Amino acid sequence: PVTPITEDGTPRPVTLIPGDGIGPLVTGAVEQVMAAMRAPVTFEKFDDVNGNMSKMPEEVMDSIKKTKVCLKGGLITPVGGGVSSLNVSLRKELDLFVSLVNCFNLPGLPTRHDKVDIVVIRENTEGEYSGLEHEVVPGVVESLKVITKFCSERIAQYAFEYAHLNNRKTVTAVHKANIMKLADGLFLESCREIAKRYPDIKYNEIIVDNCCMQLVSRPEQFDVMVTPNLYGNLVANTAAGIAGGTGVMPGGNVGTEYAIFEQGASAGNVGKPKMVEKKRANPIALLLSSAMMLRHLQLPKYADNLETAVKRVICEGKYRTKDLGGSNTTQEVVDAVIKALDS
Amino acid sequence: CSILFFFSSDLIRATLFPGDGIGPEIASSSKRYQFMSLPIGFLSESYPSLPIGFLSESYPIFSAADVPIEWEEHFVGTEVDPRTQSFVTWESLESVRRNKVGLKGPMATPIGKGHRSLNLTLRKELNLFANVRPCYSLPGYKTRYDDVNLITIRENTEGEYSGLEHQVVRGVVESLKIITRQASLRVAEYAFYYAKAHGRERVSAIHKANIMQKTDGLFLKCCREVAEKYPEITYEEVVIDNCCMMLVKNPALFDVLVMPNLYGDIISDLCAGLIGGLGLTPSRLDLLIPLAFIHSLNIGEGGIALAEAVHGSAPDIAGKNLANPTALLLSGVSMLRHLELHDKADRIQDAVLKTIAEGKYRTADLGGSSKTSEFTKAIIGHL
Ligand SMILES: Nc1ncnc2c1ncn2[C@@H]1O[C@H](COP(=O)(O)OP(=O)(O)OP(=O)(O)O)[C@@H](O)[C@H]1O
Ligand SMILES: Nc1ncnc2c1ncn2[C@@H]1O[C@H](COP(=O)(O)OP(=O)(O)OP(=O)(O)O)[C@@H](O)[C@H]1O
Ligand SMILES: [Mg+2]
Ligand SMILES: [Mg+2]
Repeated sequence: PVTPITEDGTPRPVTLIPGDGIGPLVTGAVEQVMAAMRAPVTFEKFDDVNGNMSKMPEEVMDSIKKTKVCLKGGLITPVGGGVSSLNVSLRKELDLFVSLVNCFNLPGLPTRHDKVDIVVIRENTEGEYSGLEHEVVPGVVESLKVITKFCSERIAQYAFEYAHLNNRKTVTAVHKANIMKLADGLFLESCREIAKRYPDIKYNEIIVDNCCMQLVSRPEQFDVMVTPNLYGNLVANTAAGIAGGTGVMPGGNVGTEYAIFEQGASAGNVGKPKMVEKKRANPIALLLSSAMMLRHLQLPKYADNLETAVKRVICEGKYRTKDLGGSNTTQEVVDAVIKALDS
Repeated sequence: CSILFFFSSDLIRATLFPGDGIGPEIASSSKRYQFMSLPIGFLSESYPSLPIGFLSESYPIFSAADVPIEWEEHFVGTEVDPRTQSFVTWESLESVRRNKVGLKGPMATPIGKGHRSLNLTLRKELNLFANVRPCYSLPGYKTRYDDVNLITIRENTEGEYSGLEHQVVRGVVESLKIITRQASLRVAEYAFYYAKAHGRERVSAIHKANIMQKTDGLFLKCCREVAEKYPEITYEEVVIDNCCMMLVKNPALFDVLVMPNLYGDIISDLCAGLIGGLGLTPSRLDLLIPLAFIHSLNIGEGGIALAEAVHGSAPDIAGKNLANPTALLLSGVSMLRHLELHDKADRIQDAVLKTIAEGKYRTADLGGSSKTSEFTKAIIGHL
């Protein structure tokens, strides 16, 4: 469903939001690597955007609407401060209905699990994140989870199409329809309907609590997963955790017209001040997200070059940040990646 | 009888639901044994006619089980009891209300319309508002995570499982999540009480208040209020997605976790998965370990505690002497701890864990080939 950007030989403009915390560090890493590859990408950069803003500045929105592609560092989500998350409002405003996270083992990086290669495709616009909450009487509050056939079908469609195009074998729908019979029931019904159109792809269903249990004990059984909003958030973070953590998982938010690439898991988690100060954030996740972006921009050669370089550095194991058991700075990893590029 | 007489001074009455399927095998099947002779199934099955005195001499479990418990055994009815709209009878509920403590094996809800599920009936009628699940690595049983030692405490009456759903128009449905101050406070109170009573140091409230600011916000607010009354216990707040990630990367970071219904459902199962097997064999067996191991304690209003094994009734292996009684045994241990009989609890728990660690006698789900009765005998040997 994503509109491809046609090949025309000119540099592609991309909106760049460095964001909060470690954001500028990791987007800076991408800028350097893109420059080193001489990738035909120009950034329209907005340094001032931060998560405490009540809304995204108009000029940023205009830029994204023009470029249709954005690369973004994390934006902090204020807890309980009456300000809604910019990450969420961006998704809503641009109708980025898909959140995609690819969780996989990187060769050379030992984790507790291996053979993990999961793509979590999460509905991004409704469900538990509807933002509809109210106090009924003092001490009693309600929150609405909204599930629509329209949104469920389009996310299911995206998941199956993704599986089809990427040669994946199975799509698993995650739900709690035994309890939320109507809401998750509608989600499942929609998935089943779409599944019928893809006879070559195996379709499974799993209850969310069991899913998390299985994810930590036998993750290799999962391939593409399609989920309502909240479950996807949890499933993606769990899957990311078993395969190496937030620091290495790429992802993006896509809709019919626009796409935002960012760290796959925990967009609202921008690292501790100390990590920012010491400049030791892991740039791998955002570099891999940039490779996804390059593919989206139909620049597969550049995407491959970047991805291969990153994988080489990880496999070699000499330059790693603290989250991967190393002690290098962001810059040292970036330098290693640049050196590993095919020129 | 005479034995009853000996202990009548501090005899504790408890309700026992042997349950369905493998339930009776792993629980007691006879009212005559009035001691914490878990798992009595083996004993009563193999030696149904032996007098209690003889058994207590032959099998040290009885001395360890010096715990003077008088079981009031209750079975699920064969017809719907109109007073409860379920197969659970009114008398059973009254028994738990009166004794305030009970142990329950797996119950399979018969399929059909017009009645409530058994677990739901127990939960609603007894107002079981908190579900407590200890989760720790099995010593001697190698898994990917050998550093798990945490307790999940789940609010169990409201939240996302309110059951309030409706269709707005065709193709659009809404489901209500309800958070109340009352329910949040009482689960928070229990969590801190539990932490203190069990010598735990930290309570983490799990939430998504950055998105659900009002509902999860209220939950957090209640946790903070209670936290203030327990200055000796460290209190922290962790966003649910981050919690999932931290749990799978380093479960040792957590101690006691308290959370609303849905998060608790997911996190408690995730934690169960952590202590599961290595997944190296092509069978399903590894995945069953958490099933056979995880036990839970339901806390209700007025101090009711109903301990249960969370695995199903496993009809496929029922009656074959293959079931693993660990979960029910450890549930019994939870129950003893609730009664503050910690040394008795320790003895039974140690015997179970030792038997598993030793590895000579394990049931099939733990990768062994022992029968329920052999495994039980080994446990008794370790008491
Ligand atoms: N309509 C309903 N309204 C309220 N609660 C319900 C409803 N239907 C089921 N429940 C309860 O919701 C809880 C969550 O259901 P779930 O399917 O997660 O049970 P479970 O997975 O067997 O529980 P556990 O995770 O503790 O093993 C259960 O305690 C169940 O009894
Ligand atoms: N205590 C146990 N000891 C050995 N195997 C068990 C035990 N509990 C469960 N199993 C195995 O795991 C399988 C699935 O367990 P589960 O608890 O879901 O039972 P179930 O068949 O779904 O029963 P129910 O319908 O009551 O939920 C069982 O069929 C059985 O083979
Ligand atoms: Mg559950
Ligand atoms: Mg079951």
